[in-house]
Amino acid sequence: MKVSLFVTCLIDLFYTNAGKATVELLERLGCEVDFPEAQTCCGQPAYNSGYAKEAKEAMKHMIRTFEHADYVVTPSGSCASMFKEYPHIFRGDPEWEPKAKALAAKTYELTQFLVDVLKVEDVGAKLEGRATYHTSCHMTRLLGVKEAPFRLLKNVKGLELVPLPNAHQCCGFGGTFSVKMGPISEQMVDEKIEHIEETQADYLIGADCGCLMNIGGRIKRQGKPIKIMHIAEVLNSR
Amino acid sequence: MPMKIGNQPFWERVETNLHNQFMRGAVAGMQDRGYERRIGVTKELGNWEEWRSLGEEIRQHTLENLDYYLMQLSENVAKRGGHVFFAKTAEEANNYIRNVAMQKKAKKIVKSKSMVTEEINLNPVLEAIGCEVIETDLGEYILQIDDHDPPSHIVGPALHKNKEQIRDVFRRKLGYQKSEKPEELALHARKMLRREYLTADIGITGCNFAIAESGSITLVTNEGNADLVTSLPKTQITVMGMERIVPTFEEMEVLVSMLTRSAVGQKLTSYITVLTGPRDEGDADGPEEFHLVIVDNGRSTILGTEFQSVLQCIRCAACVNVCPVYRHIGGHSYGSIYSGPIGAVLSPLLGGYDDYKELPYASSLCAACTEVCPVKIPLHELLLKHRQVIVEREGKAPVAEKLAMKAFRLGTSSPFLYQFGSKVAPNALAPFTSDDRISKGPGPLKAWTESREFPAPNKERFRDWFRKHQKGGDKQ
Repeated sequence: MKVSLFVTCLIDLFYTNAGKATVELLERLGCEVDFPEAQTCCGQPAYNSGYAKEAKEAMKHMIRTFEHADYVVTPSGSCASMFKEYPHIFRGDPEWEPKAKALAAKTYELTQFLVDVLKVEDVGAKLEGRATYHTSCHMTRLLGVKEAPFRLLKNVKGLELVPLPNAHQCCGFGGTFSVKMGPISEQMVDEKIEHIEETQADYLIGADCGCLMNIGGRIKRQGKPIKIMHIAEVLNSR
Repeated sequence: MPMKIGNQPFWERVETNLHNQFMRGAVAGMQDRGYERRIGVTKELGNWEEWRSLGEEIRQHTLENLDYYLMQLSENVAKRGGHVFFAKTAEEANNYIRNVAMQKKAKKIVKSKSMVTEEINLNPVLEAIGCEVIETDLGEYILQIDDHDPPSHIVGPALHKNKEQIRDVFRRKLGYQKSEKPEELALHARKMLRREYLTADIGITGCNFAIAESGSITLVTNEGNADLVTSLPKTQITVMGMERIVPTFEEMEVLVSMLTRSAVGQKLTSYITVLTGPRDEGDADGPEEFHLVIVDNGRSTILGTEFQSVLQCIRCAACVNVCPVYRHIGGHSYGSIYSGPIGAVLSPLLGGYDDYKELPYASSLCAACTEVCPVKIPLHELLLKHRQVIVEREGKAPVAEKLAMKAFRLGTSSPFLYQFGSKVAPNALAPFTSDDRISKGPGPLKAWTESREFPAPNKERFRDWFRKHQKGGDKQ
């Protein structure tokens, strides 16, 4: 099965290891991974700040970039949900709406792809330790992927998964919100970290690098020992 | 109390409230206690998602045919001997109510809870003609006697006060001498208020739902105060936002079931009262005269726009009760009597962007609000629409942001520029980088690094690794 990877700008530039893990994991499960070099960003930073015109340029570019793909897989719930929003954003545009629909229909967040398309729940991963999982807002509420990460993590050998109190609450990232409303965002991420600490987890696992950059950046600043991992890295641990 | 509360700039209000540890504890406690309870009682109805779709359908249908149903409502109120007044503005509504009070030579007016009368700032108008106006909802009563402290939550207006603070207000203003026990405080307020109902000339109420087919109004309370307000004084004036209407009793029943569950996690509130016009011959109680004031005050300008769905709101505050931003900054930070996500959408529409331009940004777009709304208002999408309006139509965005977004457009629509930019980023940021992180970032990174580390961009980007990987080079 040929899979076109949308790696996301955050992983391309900052969280390379999550990207590598995604490729290795998909290949191990028998997929051929294609990486369209022209890819940039899904447009969300501009779109969510109110710059629809600017964002649409990025979106059109991404639609063109992935036009050839059978499946588009991305290790980010938020970016996947942005692709799923494209038809809504281009509604009424005779040229771009059908193309946006085609892209949305073949787009999957990584864990969703593993569970729903590849029908795999045990990827043969192994990681010793105690972990808790951050359910990111866009992945659960907008994309509707709630179960897949847990099904996969449950089968990771050696991993003790502890529920995160107030898991439904946003970590305070929100893209440009984190800088525009910095003092509020800070309170939100601090509360999230308090809950993570309550679980006494060694690892905080997530499926969105935006959230992980936020929570991880604050944890690092505070000098706390909790290790941040993208779910692809966990599933690729052996 | 008008819709706008105070003149402090947004960030000053936020700063003050972020330091209000008591308020933050009270809000978090309310949110956490209510979260599971709301889910529990909504599940009791069966498929809650189907209920939400039904709620949405009822509200959308009503708004699409609002002119028809308002006409039907007013005809039916008139048939039952009531008076109907359509007020285009707050001023028109206030003038009408003042005239009724003057005609009745009213000295004392009791009120049950009503956000729309706060919005139009009715109380000072009545006080100016010598009426004593008494709020009878316990929360509103506490705020009123505490020198008109503004409400911080549309359902629980005094949420920001604790029992000790309320005790002190009662001591200061009412000569109260007992403890801070809620039962003792409530009993005292009850004693004070009973006297007022009996001697009031006019009762003023809000309206949860007006019912077009019968000309009735529905009032939902836990204290029973609305029943006394509507049964004792000789004249009753009900004030409603023009969208707070349903076609028939059937829809009212659906929406009330959803309202009480979403608002307070209750199957039903203690009192759900439906009233139709003035008292009939042979009725034991009820007003001799009934006035219905239907308030537009900017609502009709929302109809037919991309924001129309905000008028579906049934004021349950479920969105407020899950909002992580409201959780930390509290209601007063919004600068409007309408706070939380619904307030952030509604306040700029009713009050303009000059006063409320920050509110659409006071959201991480986490969509918790949209998820719980019983009538499916896409609240986070409406906040996003506001941002688009601010940027595109109002031109109120900061210059630096506009430039950054121009750069974004160029960088993300051109693979060449994107690759070039990401290639040079590590070197460009090198002066700010130590180890794997940036602790004091330049430009837009500055705000981020006030409280968090920013990851240093990798010299080997993912795409560089992938090229090697494809050639088998990464295995060495």
